[in-house]
This record gives sequence, structure tokens and C-alpha cells, in this order.
Amino acid sequence: MPHALEIRGLEKVYANGLQALKGIDLEVARGDFFALLGPNGAGKSTTIGVICSLVNKTAGTVRVNGVDIDENFPAAKRQLGVVPQEFNFNVFESVEDILIHQAGYYGIPLRTARQRIDTYLAKLGLTDKRHVRARMLSGGMKRRLMIARALIHEPSVLILDEPTAGVDIEMRRSMYEFLREINAAGTTIILTTHYLEEAESLCKNIAIINHGQIVTNTSIKNLLRELHRETFILDAREPLPEVLAISGFDTTRVDDFCLEVQIEKGQDLAELMSHLHQQGVTILSMRNRENRLEQMFVSLLEQAS
Amino acid sequence: MSPYEQWIALLTLMRKEVRRYTRIWSQTLLPSAITMSLYFLIFGSLIGSRIGSMGGVSYMEFVVPGLIMMAIVTNSYANVVSSFFGSKFNNSIEELLVSPTPNHIILLGFVSGGVSRGMLVAVIVTTVASLFVDLNIHSYAVVVAVVALTSILFSLCGLINAVFANTFDDINIVPTFVLTPLTYLGGVFYSLELLPDFWASVSQANPLVYVVNAFRFGVLGVSDVSVEFAFGMIGVFTLVAYLYAAHLLRTGKRLRT
Repeated sequence: MPHALEIRGLEKVYANGLQALKGIDLEVARGDFFALLGPNGAGKSTTIGVICSLVNKTAGTVRVNGVDIDENFPAAKRQLGVVPQEFNFNVFESVEDILIHQAGYYGIPLRTARQRIDTYLAKLGLTDKRHVRARMLSGGMKRRLMIARALIHEPSVLILDEPTAGVDIEMRRSMYEFLREINAAGTTIILTTHYLEEAESLCKNIAIINHGQIVTNTSIKNLLRELHRETFILDAREPLPEVLAISGFDTTRVDDFCLEVQIEKGQDLAELMSHLHQQGVTILSMRNRENRLEQMFVSLLEQAS
Repeated sequence: MSPYEQWIALLTLMRKEVRRYTRIWSQTLLPSAITMSLYFLIFGSLIGSRIGSMGGVSYMEFVVPGLIMMAIVTNSYANVVSSFFGSKFNNSIEELLVSPTPNHIILLGFVSGGVSRGMLVAVIVTTVASLFVDLNIHSYAVVVAVVALTSILFSLCGLINAVFANTFDDINIVPTFVLTPLTYLGGVFYSLELLPDFWASVSQANPLVYVVNAFRFGVLGVSDVSVEFAFGMIGVFTLVAYLYAAHLLRTGKRLRT
């Protein structure tokens, strides 16, 4: 079975000489929930631009469900839904008109389009905004409108470029649920995001791109397994003893009730707890100081540069 | 896309374009009626009555076809240039570019918007003109063919202008500095017979000369140039504009990076 997305040797040199992509190879399996991460200017949006035909590639091949975009771009486009980073609809049109027009561009008859509009507006909580002009929507609503628009032709691959930027926490959570739901129904989702916890909680596989090159491409589990050291914050019930010696662990006292501990790969948390218990310290809660994926992300980027 | 799907895409674009200019009718349809009424009043009635006949007809009759054609040219051009550039400016053109809609349907959709506005304005201006002069159409076939071809030609030119434009100022440069002078020098207000030989020859390079004269022949049965030749020239200009506009969409110049 062909991959949902297969990129080989993708290069892009802009007219000003900037080489944005330097021979990217990437595969995304069907049904995957895939994260494409990278710092600003790494080449994420250029890659997405090439896939959806807004950027002309310099070299390489791109296949969507086995369809080469150079051989049959319309067939490839039909299988793609794209939610861009920037709002790209006419703000003077109503929500319904924007969706009807997009459906029409994919050759979907008006009756079918209206049925799908009912469905997606309801799922994305925009039913009451159906006849409202897009300029009157909040930032989060506009983003959900773009998701509805990208799904109106029911693509098998959905690409979202920073979909939750500017969306409040509650709305972000409901958006996550919706994305999980359509992924479970079989839609391949490719996501770029700056919220690394978003990638960690949603995605199965990940690629990190930097300076136009793929730095790593693996599963999130594998990536996190490679993390050699994690920093935990421990909150104690009672004030910590003046002298706290825990052999084998690198600890830092943050304040009277809070302790920071470095855990190396292979070290046993039970052993740490046992040491603390022996010294009369009861731990109420424990959390990562940083997002684990963020630590890995920074580490990989440092290695690459 | 199947032919049926392409048809739906075309209808969608046409519907969107027509709704756009009818929604803002006071900015798109009304000005032509007012401007042309003033032209008819001043150049036709007040000044024209002192000029006498031109090209074998009264001056009022002589200027009416040119003024109607002027309205068609400016409106079909303005409709496409503003709509296409507006889509570029707010990035909503990406909705079309990422879709499987073929380029010829995109072209046809925008052009049909320009053609429909050009024809609607032609009807409005002709109705206004009929208040000033009795119009006895010489050849309906020629009138319809010239109006259709001209509005297609200038819709295509509007699209080409929009592709190259970077700012809203850029979409006004061509109408102001190219289209309007060519229209005034295209024989709207005078017969080419009045020009010295040199300037009459130079005028042959002006596409508006063929448009205005072919239309004047359709309305009055008089023309400064051969109607067959005029149709040939309009056809060539339209074909060149179509091929160039199609090339711009295919290569994605100024649309894709």
C-alpha cells in the first residue's frame, strides 16, 4: 500500500537564492498522526507549500497516496486538505459562502456541499455562525472555519500548519478531540506546531526539520526513549531537612518545600523515593520541569547545528 | 476532474463573481450610468448639436456606440482586475490554487464575471442612450459578437494586470495611463478620417479603434475600418491575451513562489 505522503529529494531554492529545502526525504504512513516540527524558517511551511502546489519545487518528487504531483496534480490535490498558518479566505464572505465555494472548486454539487456544511459546522461548533461574515469571527473561529473548509471535500490526508495558534485552551482541547476523531476514522493527519506538548499528546510519529533538512524521523516513543536525562520537580508535604543527601542523584533545593532532581536514563525512581522516605520526606507531587519532547527537540537542534 | 465537476467549479466561480459585483452595484453598475448620461448630455446634446454630422450620421448618433463600448471596456477590465487582485491580496486565491480546478476553468470563471458585468453595463448604458437618441440597430449579430469578444478581451487584460499587480495602486495604472488614452484616441469622439495620414496610420495599432468601429458598424452601419478586418484584429488580440493569461496561470508567476 503506498504511503499517504512520500517525499524524495525535495529541494527548493527561492528566487533570492535562499535554499529553503536541501533534499528532504519523508514518508508518512496512511492513517498516521504525524508531526513536522522545526524552528521558524526551518522549511516546514515551504514543504507544505510544495505539497499543496503553492510553492514550485526546484527538485525532487512528492507522492500523495502514490499519486505523483508532477504526473497528476489534480488527483493528488483531491486527496489533500490544507489548513494554512495564515487566514486565507475573503473576510467579507459569509461562513456558508466560503464553504460552498470551496466545495464547488472540488466539483461537489451544492446539495451535497450543504449537507457536509451542516455536519462540519456542527462538529466544529460553528453552526450559529453559518450566515455570519468571516470578518466577524474570533481568531479561534476563523481557524475552525479553515479546518471545516479543508475537510469539505473529505480528503484522506489533512495537513494543518500551526492549527491551534491563537486558540484558547478550551477550544484547543475540543479541536484535539475533533482531530483525534477524524484520525480514528482513517484520515491521515500531518501537523506542524510550535506547541510540543501538542505533538506529544496527539501524534504517533514525528520528523524534525532544521535548515531545510530532516534532522530526525521516528516515532514519538522512540524519540523520547533517546532522552538521556530528565529534570523533575518534587513537592514535599513538610519543609525539607536542612541537609539532604541522596547518593547517586543530582538534586537542587529550590525552596523549603521544593526539590529539583536530575534523573539519568536507567536510574530508578523508586530508589529516589526510598532515599527521601528514609530522611522523612513525603512527596506530594512530581512533574517534569520541561516538556520532554521540548528537551529532545532542543537537543537535536543543537546537535544539528 | 470530470466534465461535470469542472462545470460545477465554473458555476461556483461565476456565481461568486456575479454576486460580488451585484452586491456592490452602487460602485460597479451605477457609476457607468451616471458618467455616460453626462457624456451623452455634454458631448452628444450640447456640443454635438453644434458639430453637425460625422461619418454620415448626427454627432450624437456617432458618439453613442463609442461611449457604450467605452463602458463595456472599462467595466469588464475593472471587474476582473479588482476581483482577481483582491483574491491575491487577501490570499483567498489559494483556495482555488490548492483545489483541482483546472486553469482554464479559473480563467473562464473570472472572465465570465467580467463579461457579464460588461454586458449588464452595456444594457444599462444603451437604455440611458435611448433617452437621448433613437437607436436603430444595423446588425444585432455584429453587436452581440463585438460586445462578447471585447468584454472577453478586456477581462483577460484585467486578469493579466492583476497577476502582475503588487498593490491596489498597480491596478489603477493601466486603466488610467493606458486604457483611457487608448479609448479617447480610438475614435470614440471623432472619425479617423479627420486625422492626418500619419496619425491615422498610428491609430491602426490601437485595438480600441477596431472595437469601437466594429461596434459602430453593428449599431449604425458605418465604420472607419473594414468590419472583417476589425473582427480579425479583435480575435487576434483576444487569442494572444488568452494564451498569455493561461501561461501565467500555468507557470504560477506571481501566484506561486
